[in-house]
Parts: sequence; structure tokens; C-alpha cells
Amino acid sequence: MSLTTLMEHDTKSSEIMAPSFALVKRVIWETDDTYTLLIDPPAENGGGFPFAPGQFNMVYAYGVGEAAISISSDPAKPDQLAHTIHRVGTVTSALSRLKRGDMIGLRGPFGTSWPIDEVVGKDVCIAAGGIGLAPLRPVIYSLLRRREKYGRIVILYGARSPLDLLYRVELEQWSKARNTDVIVTVDRGDSSWKGHIGVVTGLFSYVKLDSPSTVAMVCGPEVMMKYTCEELQRRGLRSDQIFVSLERNMKCGVGLCGHCQFGPHFICKDGPVFRLPVVNQLLEKKEI
Amino acid sequence: MKPQDLTESLRKHPFLNNLSEDLLKTLTSCASNVVFDEGTYLFHEGEDAKIFYLLRSGRAVLEIAGGERGQIRIQTVGAGEVIGWSWLISPYRWHFDAFALEQVHAFAIDASCLITKCETDCRFGYEMLRRFSEVLERRLEATRLQLLDVYGSNLGERGENY
Repeated sequence: MSLTTLMEHDTKSSEIMAPSFALVKRVIWETDDTYTLLIDPPAENGGGFPFAPGQFNMVYAYGVGEAAISISSDPAKPDQLAHTIHRVGTVTSALSRLKRGDMIGLRGPFGTSWPIDEVVGKDVCIAAGGIGLAPLRPVIYSLLRRREKYGRIVILYGARSPLDLLYRVELEQWSKARNTDVIVTVDRGDSSWKGHIGVVTGLFSYVKLDSPSTVAMVCGPEVMMKYTCEELQRRGLRSDQIFVSLERNMKCGVGLCGHCQFGPHFICKDGPVFRLPVVNQLLEKKEI
Repeated sequence: MKPQDLTESLRKHPFLNNLSEDLLKTLTSCASNVVFDEGTYLFHEGEDAKIFYLLRSGRAVLEIAGGERGQIRIQTVGAGEVIGWSWLISPYRWHFDAFALEQVHAFAIDASCLITKCETDCRFGYEMLRRFSEVLERRLEATRLQLLDVYGSNLGERGENY
């Protein structure tokens, strides 16, 4: 590598590591511990923030730290950026305390995206668990926006309890779209809950997938994804018809630091969206 | 419903997929159609399990008595699924309640009739046990997943810095 190339590389790296300023427009509490930050995109982007469904940003709570958070807004509306965040630690707690007009830092968008173009003309099965619906919401917006280009859409969503369901109003709206099934289940429900109770894999009993022409996109806790992928394959989908989105503790977001290494892959750069055969063997390994 | 009509209806139930004609007829002789109105119980915990159900339409929920926590709903079961294997295993009593969330149409299979058939026709008995084992395995897997509480807030080291 020449000195010039090295210097260019360093400049690019430092640029990519510097967050842009963005303003919080609104904080919407989806559940007791999960909220959506609506954000005005950084001004230097000309008021827009183009991204592909499935990509993530490094969201910076100034003075506290950064966290990798999937973008949960509509890619067709790049001026209205949203991140749905599960409050689990220091950074996400700090972000949860923000109010309208507060400033955050943003780096991104990073990572690979869901195969929106590859599924044109095909049936799509979306299986999400818990906060895993957030990275899939941009896909659902994209599919429904060009509804005529896709076959049947099946959205299966599992959460811990009825109170933990994300985007309840939108789930209802999506279920009214043409040739679109939305089935929701919870692990625990009381007598006021009239929907399904049980794990998300159980929902496959209620849908008949046309396996040769179906592509599945799966996101949720890793255990849930493992069982969901097994169930999809039991129902005739080949592993290369299945995509998953993985999560690891990311730091740089651009494949430099190695924090999110997953076997030979960096989740931030090579993922987070992977075709299943690329990571299937690694999902089985306890050490990774 | 005539026996041949019942056989035809049973044939369409996923639990009986690809069951041979003679075994299907054997099962038909133990089957009847039942309807449960919304808000009624299919059976109660502790009662003798003399029957199992193949659901045709509607949904039922399985509940267990949680003491001070009241009735705890653990799983919904819908069209194409099976309710009940307590008829198969001693002491042959239901371990939970089954409550109709909607009007439920089902095939009721008489357990004492079925056990007699299973014991006199080993091929039939093996086929029933094999199919019920699959149901049991799936339910066990689902229960394990529920126990893992995978959507809980305790994300461990992956989430601690976040």
C-alpha cells in the first residue's frame, strides 16, 4: 500500500468514525422498555438520509457512548429517520432519556440489507421475534409500497406478552393489505388476549407456504431464529431461500475493530443480513 | 354424517396426512363430530381423559391453574392441530383445561375405542404412536423455547454495554 493510499485510507476512516449531529424530533414509547426515536437527519446530508432496509446506524449518546441500532423507518421517506431501541444498558438508557430538540450523533448507514429486489415476483415470509420486528419494518414498508410486484406476504410475529408487541397499529394496518397475512403470537397472555399464545414457530401451522417460490426473512433472538429457520426448512424452503439478521456488540461499524467478528465474518460489514448458508454452521457453535 | 363422509373429512386433517386407507377406516370407527361454543370448555384439568380432539376450525386455549395467579394460558391450538395426549399416558387425566376462544369444530376420537384398536392392530398402534410422538416433540420444543424467555430484557453480555 502506497503512502498516498494509506493517507487516503486514514482520512476515510477518520471521516467514517466521526458522527454527524442529528436532532431528536420525538420519542415514542412502544412498550415499557422499548422506544422509537424519530430523528431529523443530519443537515450535511441535505435533509435526507438514504438507506436500505436492514441497515443500521451507530447512534451516539454524547458523553455516554455509541450503540449499533437498526433503522426502523421507511426507506422511501429518508427525511424521517427512526430507530426503535430496546433499553438494555447504559447507552440505550441514556438515549431513552432524550427529548425533542436534544442532539445525538449518527454514523452510518452501515451493513448489508434485506434482498428486496431479489424477492420481486416471489412470496415473502417475514418472521420476527421481539425487537427483531424493527429491522424488518423497512422491508414491510418497501414490500407494501410496491405491493403488486410481490406474491403473497406472510408476516409472523412473536413477542413476550401482549404489552410487549411493537407497532400494534401498523400490524393491524398491514393485515389489511391485499394478499397479506399478519399473525401475531405471545409467549404469555391473560384472558384479555384473544390472539395466539405460543412460540412464533407454532404459527407456521396456520400458513401454507409455497416453498419453491418463497423467500424468508428472519430476525429476532438467535435461538428464535435457529428454530424458525429449522421450521422453514421442514416446510420445504431451501436454506438459500432464507435470510437472517444477526447482532453482535459492534464498536466501529466498518469492520476495523473486530468486536463483532463472527467466524470469518464481521457482522457490521459483511452483515447484519446474511443468507442462511453463509452463517448456518456458525449459529450452531456455542463458542461464537 | 355417514361413516364414508366422516372418513373423507378425517382424511383432510393434517394429523392424518397419508394415513393408509385401512388405518383411516379403523380410526373412523372411533371418531365423531363435535362442536364447542365460544366460551365453553372442551375439558377440565383433573378429569378423566377419555377423548382427544383433532381441530377442524376455531381456536382453543390450554390453561393451567396457577394458584394465586389464577388461570394461566399457555398455548392456543387451532385448525389442523391436535388437543390431548393424556388419554395415552397413565393416569389418563387431563393436565390442563381447554377453553374455546371461538366456536370450535373438531373430530372427537374415543380413547378407549382407540386403545382397543391399537392393541389389536399393532400396525395401527405404531402409526398412532408415531404421529403422537411428533406432536409431543413439537410441543416439548415449543415449551423449551417459551421457558427460555428469549424476548426478555436480560440480554447478557451482548447487551450490557448498550
